[in-house]
Order: sequence, then structure tokens, then C-alpha cells
Amino acid sequence: MSELSELYQELILEHGKNPRNMRSMEAANHNAEGFNPLCGDHITVHAHVVGDTIEDLSFEGSACAICTASASMMTQQLKSAATSDADSLFEQFRNMLTGPESNADAYEQSLGKLASLAGVRRYPMRVKCATLPWHTLKAALEDSADIATTE
Amino acid sequence: MGNTTAHSTQTPTTAQSTFDVSAIRKQFPILNRQVHGKQLVYLDSAATAQKPDVVIDAEAAFYRNTNSNVHRGVHQLSVESTDAYERAREQIARLINAASADEVIFTSGATESINLVASSYGGMHVGPDDEVLITHMEHHSNIVPWQLLCERTGATLRVVPVTDRGELDMNTLRELLTTRTKIVSVVHISNTLGTINPIREIAALAHGVGAVCVIDGAQGLQHLAVDVRELGCDFYAAAGHKMFGPTGTGFLYGRKELLDAMPPWKGGGSMIRNVSFSGTTYADVPARFEAGTPHIAGAVGLGAAATFLQSIDRQALQSYEHDLLAYATEQLSGIAGVRIIGEAADKASVISFVIEGIHPHDIGTVLDNEGVAVRTGHHCTQPLMEQYNVPATARLSLAMYNTRDEIDALVQAVRTAIEVFDV
Repeated sequence: MSELSELYQELILEHGKNPRNMRSMEAANHNAEGFNPLCGDHITVHAHVVGDTIEDLSFEGSACAICTASASMMTQQLKSAATSDADSLFEQFRNMLTGPESNADAYEQSLGKLASLAGVRRYPMRVKCATLPWHTLKAALEDSADIATTE
Repeated sequence: MGNTTAHSTQTPTTAQSTFDVSAIRKQFPILNRQVHGKQLVYLDSAATAQKPDVVIDAEAAFYRNTNSNVHRGVHQLSVESTDAYERAREQIARLINAASADEVIFTSGATESINLVASSYGGMHVGPDDEVLITHMEHHSNIVPWQLLCERTGATLRVVPVTDRGELDMNTLRELLTTRTKIVSVVHISNTLGTINPIREIAALAHGVGAVCVIDGAQGLQHLAVDVRELGCDFYAAAGHKMFGPTGTGFLYGRKELLDAMPPWKGGGSMIRNVSFSGTTYADVPARFEAGTPHIAGAVGLGAAATFLQSIDRQALQSYEHDLLAYATEQLSGIAGVRIIGEAADKASVISFVIEGIHPHDIGTVLDNEGVAVRTGHHCTQPLMEQYNVPATARLSLAMYNTRDEIDALVQAVRTAIEVFDV
């Protein structure tokens, strides 16, 4: 159970079960669909961007606990943030999951709640679950017409 | 080469009269290993089956003692390699009761076997007004090759629906069969639902309208004794690695008169009789369909797997697996929140399930942590996932080496998942 509880921390389970900002958005001016064909995670990210600010951010879809929690925390953290913050936070988040372990502490400082997903790094097959919302947000902000994947 | 007639009536000399699972388990070395500090419980044999010593040893022995190219050298090793390769073809022919070893074409797996039929037979016999009939429960490997053929030829792909229980809608199948139908291609055992389809009946119906019947047998030989002549199919596509043979191997059985009339589909060495810039002539079947140096060691391993399967009392195995399936179904059904997908009356030991409130991918991770290997995802059957309105399922697939104790371990792990996710 110990390894499992490191992956499925309380915070992740809670966000997985009661995701924040999981809703449609009529005012959205940036939308993208993300799909991980390997496991069936399928989400849509909606953003309402005014100038350089993400005024509102939400997601919808059906996904595993890791992907749902990641999307939930991402929307919380980036709502009201600058679009450039989305890039840098994604960079840090990805580094936490796939970069050298020695830097992990530093990321945990800057990532706040998202640091609870650090345990995913020990499950290479699940890293894509955690990053799918981020790839999808990136596609939305870039107005990409393609379905975002983690490949 | 390859003209030897298979002695289909030959009875295996080492048949085990009853089914002794502990004796079987001893032959699969991987079953001794641990995963995450727990004893491995391998319930993913529909993805790939584990390999017995006889298969591992046959492939290794080939590389250690015999390795050489086939069908060309005059030297001793080449003669021995050619013999070993063609002997493997005969071993397979015997296993499936083909009329002759020439009806067995080595391929890289069931996918390539189906593509061979679609490309060669399909390219020759299917035109713009024709139809190809498949079913809603097909693996992508028995959908996409036919879509490609239909795109190329202008033919129409028709799909037989599946009932909620997970059985083919045979009435609709009958209605969809017309004189326009040129090919009917159906999975023998659904990798997702476990459904065993009524192949004899489907083959007879196909022949009734003048169509040929192709069987995707990727899951077939692992569970059932397959007699291609008794089934009455025209082609049978098999995956070596799912019948306890090496990965990257497989074969296509085809009726000789059909194969003889089919054009090559891949050009290269070995498949020719004579090459000239004024025109090349092609080798006889089966060499015509085996361009390039084949996976010789793999074929030898696959031959060993065929003989291994023949050494097993298939009826005893079937009733053993049936008992495992019934036990697993009963145990899983007893857990609140678990829903089994696929309840066909005739079913092989494959169970897809979902748990209310837990995504299959999370189930897979929790089970893995307990040493229990299952497959999670869409199982390359996205149309079926859509029909059952699930993004994915968790799937256990039981093979000859699994036990009731392992099902108990699975059930315990499922309860752990329910506890972790508090659903």
C-alpha cells in the first residue's frame, strides 16, 4: 500500500473524485481536445483569454484519476495567470515528472499542489496521463486544430 | 520444398490424459518471477502468452547449432535450417489439420496474415460494386486492412452488429450477405469480450453467397483445438506469440486452390522463380508469399509451440479454462460496483470489466502494484468501447497456466483498488 499511497495521495484522489473547474464554458475563445488512445483519457480544455491573461480555464471529459487531478489542479493554478505562465509551469511540471530526480525538491517548491503528482515519475506508463491536460491547454492557447496527444 | 503432406490423423505421442496445471506451470519459467516484490500473477495472455521451455529452447538451439539462411546454400547448415523451417510448417499444418503444409504461410503475425489476404486475394477478387463483411467486435487488425482494400477498390465495408450480451447478431449477418459479398472476415474469439463465434455456421453462410470466409484466429489456438477443414473456413490468420510461440511470428492458413491462384503481395528474394527485366515469374505457394529471409528461428519456435499444444489434452484444457472462467466470473460479479462486459453464452477465458468510479487505467496500476498483470485500455476494439459506452476496460485473460489462487489474488487486488479509491 505504501508505494500506492505515494502515487495516489489524498489530494490526488480528492481532485480525481471532485475535480475543480470541470465544466463547459460558453465564453471560451480557446478550446482543444486531448486524447490518449493508449488508455482512453479524453478531455477538452476551454480557456477564456483576454489580452495575455487566462481569465477563465476549465476542462471536460473522461479520464483516469491522475489525468483528472492534473487537469483540476492545472485549471486552479492557471486561472487568472498570464499565458506565458502556462508555458513555464508546464515546463516545471514536466521536469518534475521526467527530469533528473535531484531537482525534484526545487520543483515541489514552485509547483504547489501540483507537486502531489511527483509520485507519477515512478510510473513511466502514467506520466502521459498527468501531462495530457497540459498538452491540451498548450494546443488550446495555440489554437491548434489537431487533437492533442502526448506523443 | 514444402510439398510434404501433413499427417493430420497422427496422434500426438505425449498427450496428457488429464489436465495437471502444476505440471504445466513448471514448463513456463517466467511464472517464477516476482513483480514489485510480489509473486507474478500473469492474467494478460490475450495480449501475449508466456512461453514454455520447449519454445525458448527450440529458438535458442536453432541459433546455437543450426543458424543459416534457408532455401539457398548447398552447405550443411543451410540444409539443416531449411529442414527445420519446413518441419515447423508441417508441425503447424498438423496442429490445425491443414490438407498440406503448403497451405501454411509464415507471417509476422495475425495482422500481416489478414493484410496478405486483403491485399492479394482482395485485390484480385474485390471490385467497386462488391462488399466485404466484418463485424462490430473485430480487432483493429481485422478492420483497417479491409477499409484500405475498400478505399483502393471502391468496394463497400459492411458491419454485423453485436448484441448487448456480446454475441453476433446472426439475423442481420444473414441479411447483409448477398451476392455482392465477396469476403466475410470474422474473429474466432473476441479479444475484448471473449465471445467464441459460430465459425462453422458463418463459413457455410458465406459460401452460400459465393464469398470466402476469413477467420481472425489471433485468440483461437490458445484456447481451442482448431481444425480448419472442420471449421470450413478458407483462410485462418494466427498469431504465434498468442499460442505460446515467439513474438513476431504467425501464419496464414489458406486453402491451396485459393492460394495457388493468388498473386504475390510483397516482392523480393525467395518468392520468385526467375527474375528478368522482361518479366519475372513467381515461385509456387507458399514461397510466393514469403519474400525475403524469414524469421527462421521464430518459425522453429512456433513449430515447437504447435507440437507443445498438440501434446496437451485439448478437451481437458478447455474444461479447465471453462472452470477458471466460471470461477473468475462468479468472484468478480460478487464485488459491488464491478460490471462485466461480454456475457456471450459461448465464451473463452477472457473477462473485460469496469468498476464504477475507477478508471480502468487506475485499476491497472493498483493491480500491477499487487503483482497482478492485466490489460487496460480499448484493446484495439474502439468500436466496441463505443457500443458499451466505456472509454476503456480492464481485462483479464486466462491461459492454461493460470489457477484459482491467481484469481483470488486478482479479486483481492480489485478490493484494494476499491479501498484506495473509496468507491
